[in-house]
Amino acid sequence: MVDETRVMLIGGHVVDPVNGVNGPADVLIAGGRVTAVGRDLPVESGTTVIEVPPHGVVCPGFIDMHVHLREPGYEHKETLATGLAAAVAGGFTAVACMPTTTPVNDHAAMTRLICGKAADAGLARVYPVGAVTKGRDGEQLAEIGELYAAGCVAISDAGRPVASALLMRRALEYASMFGIPVIDHCEDPSLAGDGVAHEGYHATALGLRGLPAAAEEIVAQRDVALSGLTGAGVHLAHLSTRGAMRAVREAKARGVPVSCEVTPHHLTLTDDRLVGYDTNYKMNPPLREAADLEALLDGVRDGTIDCIATDHAPHHYDEKRAEFDRAPFGVIGLETAVSVCLDRLVHAGHVTLARLVELMSANPARILGVPGGTLGVGVPADITILAPDLVVTVDPSAFRSLARNTPFGGWVLRGGVTATIVGGRAVYVNTAVDGAGAVMNAMSGVREP
Amino acid sequence: MPPAADPVTPDGLAAPVGLRTKDLLSIGDLSVDEIRLILDTAEAMKEVGTRSIKKVPALRGRTVVNLFFEASTRTRTSFEVAQKRLSADTVNIAASGSSVVKGETLADTVRNLEAMAPDIIVVRHQSAGAGHLVAGLCRARVINAGDGMHEHPTQALLDALTIRQRKGRIEGLKVSIIGDLLHSRVFRSNVLLLHALGAEVSVCGPATMMLPDMARFGVRPTTSIDEAVEGADVVMLLRIQLERMGGYFFPSLREYFQLFGMTPERLERAHPDAIIMHPGPMNRGVEIAPEVADGPYSVILEQVANGVAVRMAVLYLLADERQA
Repeated sequence: MVDETRVMLIGGHVVDPVNGVNGPADVLIAGGRVTAVGRDLPVESGTTVIEVPPHGVVCPGFIDMHVHLREPGYEHKETLATGLAAAVAGGFTAVACMPTTTPVNDHAAMTRLICGKAADAGLARVYPVGAVTKGRDGEQLAEIGELYAAGCVAISDAGRPVASALLMRRALEYASMFGIPVIDHCEDPSLAGDGVAHEGYHATALGLRGLPAAAEEIVAQRDVALSGLTGAGVHLAHLSTRGAMRAVREAKARGVPVSCEVTPHHLTLTDDRLVGYDTNYKMNPPLREAADLEALLDGVRDGTIDCIATDHAPHHYDEKRAEFDRAPFGVIGLETAVSVCLDRLVHAGHVTLARLVELMSANPARILGVPGGTLGVGVPADITILAPDLVVTVDPSAFRSLARNTPFGGWVLRGGVTATIVGGRAVYVNTAVDGAGAVMNAMSGVREP
Repeated sequence: MPPAADPVTPDGLAAPVGLRTKDLLSIGDLSVDEIRLILDTAEAMKEVGTRSIKKVPALRGRTVVNLFFEASTRTRTSFEVAQKRLSADTVNIAASGSSVVKGETLADTVRNLEAMAPDIIVVRHQSAGAGHLVAGLCRARVINAGDGMHEHPTQALLDALTIRQRKGRIEGLKVSIIGDLLHSRVFRSNVLLLHALGAEVSVCGPATMMLPDMARFGVRPTTSIDEAVEGADVVMLLRIQLERMGGYFFPSLREYFQLFGMTPERLERAHPDAIIMHPGPMNRGVEIAPEVADGPYSVILEQVANGVAVRMAVLYLLADERQA
């Protein structure tokens, strides 16, 4: 049965870089799809008109192409339901979840299980990322064709690099048959060793074993060389170093089909935070130096960086409350990314809102080859409504995520989410935004197409 | 400059001004005045060790837990002797005999100990920052007795006491630290302390065991041992851990000794009154020739003796109730 509910969002500022829209416009949604975008659209009878709260910005739904949702295997850290609740509360209409589960998502049955559980949650869309190798152990290719057929939109051994250059070459060639990218975690394992923090002054003074920047740069260089060799697309995850930025910039100039992402925490934090050994500053790649952060900001500004992705990595507080070198790597980011990026990137003057929408919506959709990233006529109505001036105090105790391991607790940021709409249905509405209730009332009951 | 520290009389408890810090986790927790206060107090504590009855009642009724997750002979014994000389009630926990072997986390171990209301916990652990974790979980005062590659503050204090006794000062001395700098917590504590007290520090070791960003530590690095020893007032050798060869840091102990071992011949370049120090345990014939370890310049056993006095001073000053 087709849902013919018609809703018009009026009075918002629409930012849709793919279609060149950046200004006041109405958005008409019918049957869960965008059917018109423009100024002063005529209102037909039977259409519910919703006024977007003042200064609200209507964007194509944000897509986080790098999250760890932990289910199955680590449900004490996060489940698909809690992770997706966190996603929509953070303004994300879709996420790509890494195969860092137990069992690993290296076969079609696991992909289907994840898709089924995600559908049950009925919140954000989930695009599984399959493993490159069986068990993510870097030995044998996973059955990538079957993973693709079951719904995987990319392959990655997430959290680990594909260590063998030959295997990486074959993975790139093989995945290109299905038009899906290989997402690599750039880290030379022999050089990184058992490091736990960026190799530099602070880790050295604190007696923490170092992860040298060169370990990332070496694999970034290798991967762009292999992408050049094979002509297959490679996506470099969560880059953190100026060396990797140089490698990607140079490769893109040569026309190599490489793309890359950066996390909000690498754009805002540096390794001086390690003082005090707070494990909420322990992640891989680690927080780097100011010169690296500057290079990442350059990359965000000049287009070297395609996407901002959170690398949302939930852990139980008991696991993080441990000796620094024994605590697991990773921080969560789904519920803070939009606020951090609006405050530290848009309001700070590094990028425009339109560029942020490219980084967090249009480009992830393009790289993964998934719907979304635009408000073009006919696309599913996946929409993120931003409140760019909302003042948000990050309160981990209020997170939808099961985990609390954020480095941003207590931060006061300008910018937040008003509502998250998936397939024309409001799956999250922020009651802290005046007037947001109308969105909820009109759109929470809409069925997905 | 320091307010001339009050004369310390452990018996009478005409107590000096205590330390501002709750815990001693890093030399960085101490001001220059506080470092001097600890050294001055340690001088007074040394006298206790010369009595026939080596005991004062300063910490009577206080409970001190020695929580050692790493093997230690010198440091654990030194702390325990110090505690007994101050009349504290001491409890020793070693990792092998503790619930750690049953899988208990450090956090749980500490919270259980805290429930028994100790006054001071002395902790040695293989992870950098373990002392910070412990201190954050309990009201007891925490003394770091070595945390991974991070720091070993009481070692640096006893080294400073030894240097001061031998040289009469620390300011302006040329101190050369030689060996495995990268993995050494003794080095990290010493460089902070020696800087605070105005020594000129040069360091020497294989390029593989140098620290990245050496300039920010304010030390002069060299890979030439002759250059490092030239004119030095103090030569401090660091232990080479034999398992380091697995990380490709140097090809063999033989070659290490050839390039960096301290021999009587090399020592001739030092100041004629130079002293030789080593935090122990020594690898004779690796970082130090036996003739140097046992020779006239060696103050290695004085370091051990001073260790008891320094730990008495730290325990005494940290336990001062007035700062609670």
